[in-house]
Amino acid sequence: MEMNVTRRTVLRGAGSLGALSALIAAGVLKPTAAFAAEWNKAAFEAQDTTGVLKGLGAGTPGEHKGLILKVPDIAENGAVVPVDVVSTIPNTVSIAILVEKNPLPLSAHFDFANGALPEAAVRLKLGQTSLVKAVVKADGKFYIAQKEVKVTVGGCGG
Amino acid sequence: MKYRIAIMAALAVTWTGSVLAQAKDPTIAGIEKYREMLGDDNPAELYEARGEILWKKAAGPKNVSLEKCDLGLGPGVVKGAYAKTPRYFGDAGRVMDIESRINWCRETIQGFSTADIVKKPFGSADKPSEIEDLLAYVVTASKGMKISPPNSHPKELEAFALGEALFHLRAGPYDFSCGTCHAVDGMRIRLQELPNLTKTADAKGAYTGWPAYRVSTSRLHSMQWRINDCFRQQRFPEPKYMSESVNALITFLAVMGEGAEYKGPALKR
Amino acid sequence: MSDPMKIRAKLSGDVAEIRVLMGHAMETGQRKDAAGKTIPAHFIQSMTVEVAGKIVVDGQIGTSVSRNPVFGFKVKGAKAGDKVVISWVDNKGDKRSDEVAVA
Repeated sequence: MEMNVTRRTVLRGAGSLGALSALIAAGVLKPTAAFAAEWNKAAFEAQDTTGVLKGLGAGTPGEHKGLILKVPDIAENGAVVPVDVVSTIPNTVSIAILVEKNPLPLSAHFDFANGALPEAAVRLKLGQTSLVKAVVKADGKFYIAQKEVKVTVGGCGG
Repeated sequence: MKYRIAIMAALAVTWTGSVLAQAKDPTIAGIEKYREMLGDDNPAELYEARGEILWKKAAGPKNVSLEKCDLGLGPGVVKGAYAKTPRYFGDAGRVMDIESRINWCRETIQGFSTADIVKKPFGSADKPSEIEDLLAYVVTASKGMKISPPNSHPKELEAFALGEALFHLRAGPYDFSCGTCHAVDGMRIRLQELPNLTKTADAKGAYTGWPAYRVSTSRLHSMQWRINDCFRQQRFPEPKYMSESVNALITFLAVMGEGAEYKGPALKR
Repeated sequence: MSDPMKIRAKLSGDVAEIRVLMGHAMETGQRKDAAGKTIPAHFIQSMTVEVAGKIVVDGQIGTSVSRNPVFGFKVKGAKAGDKVVISWVDNKGDKRSDEVAVA
């Protein structure tokens, strides 16, 4: 998680986007730098789950029944697959979502603060039938859940 | 003999089995769950927002907005207008669907040429056409209304009759009609269940299912596009955009879907 | 110019349910155009959700997120009228910020 330390520090330190904007306006931070520089390149450019977990500093996460991953069993089209992740594990601070078979599996990573519940709903592209995985961090430990989504070839009509 | 009976019995079981399976097919159930999870966050809203700006912006050779456009409920009335189309427009002397009518306004009010309008009516994901944006704005303003095309003027009745005849017209290299797939129950193309458009419930769902944002193409498709593409799929020559035949078919479908509550642009696979 | 975001922020008890729809191509960098040339990656890389002046969700996004992304979050302790600001920046530096009040 080293990649995120600076990012979180900047955000916490600034307290609000308003303050962050002030820093941007003052020329202290470039707009892209304020966001994108902290983008976890190692994790997002990893080509397999192992690489992503390493990039996230997640090691070998265990399972936990408090981590709920909701996906459809079948997707009519892989271009849009709804994925919901809810963590009831106390002190969950982040959620990462992976599509195992995609060329770059890490799809999104969210840090939560200031009252945000550890939940996220996203829509992902699946190049083919694949396991979708959710990885959360709670009390410094990582947990994982996974489910398969079958991608069908769309027909015509509708 | 015994063997043959066994085969017959097996066939009978398979047949009934497959008929029953259509109701409880886990694949169909899975797809239903997928559709449910997609929810109602629809990228068509991005079209709608652009469309509203376009509607109110002065444009075209005459540099005026579309705010005086009469969609059937009087100049400038957008709310509820879509639900009451297709209809006969006296100024144009013909029955028009909503898309034809918006284009009529672009032509008569804003001064665009027909050639400009029909050049590229169906956009792409990267370049949506202006009519698709305008259409999204106009149809969304009928959200919550009941589909109720007037279907009373002689020209409207004529359009309905023509549309119905075209729906059942068998032709083309496959000797298909729209009805070959859409006037029977339980038809499917791969995983897509096909509505029986001669039945009220299916017709309501189908008519309110367009325009739709399709996730497979990442763009909004209009009813004009839907009809055009149905003909392409039947290997017919594709009908002309906004032609009498297309508007007649849309009239037929709208009247069949009468009474359905319109929920705004659909979201499809 | 990018499309304005569509943001919904609905209060349910003391939890604001936030849904956002963004207009973006989310090009993966894996596709080829008709001429066989790879279409360069163009995707939202970072996003934040701010409620009543505080960052509540700090997101990093990859190329697997669908075109015209939709995200949903829940924020406890929100009140009606709280300002929700959502911002994104893509890998080319294009950015956008839109806001709505919790209703």
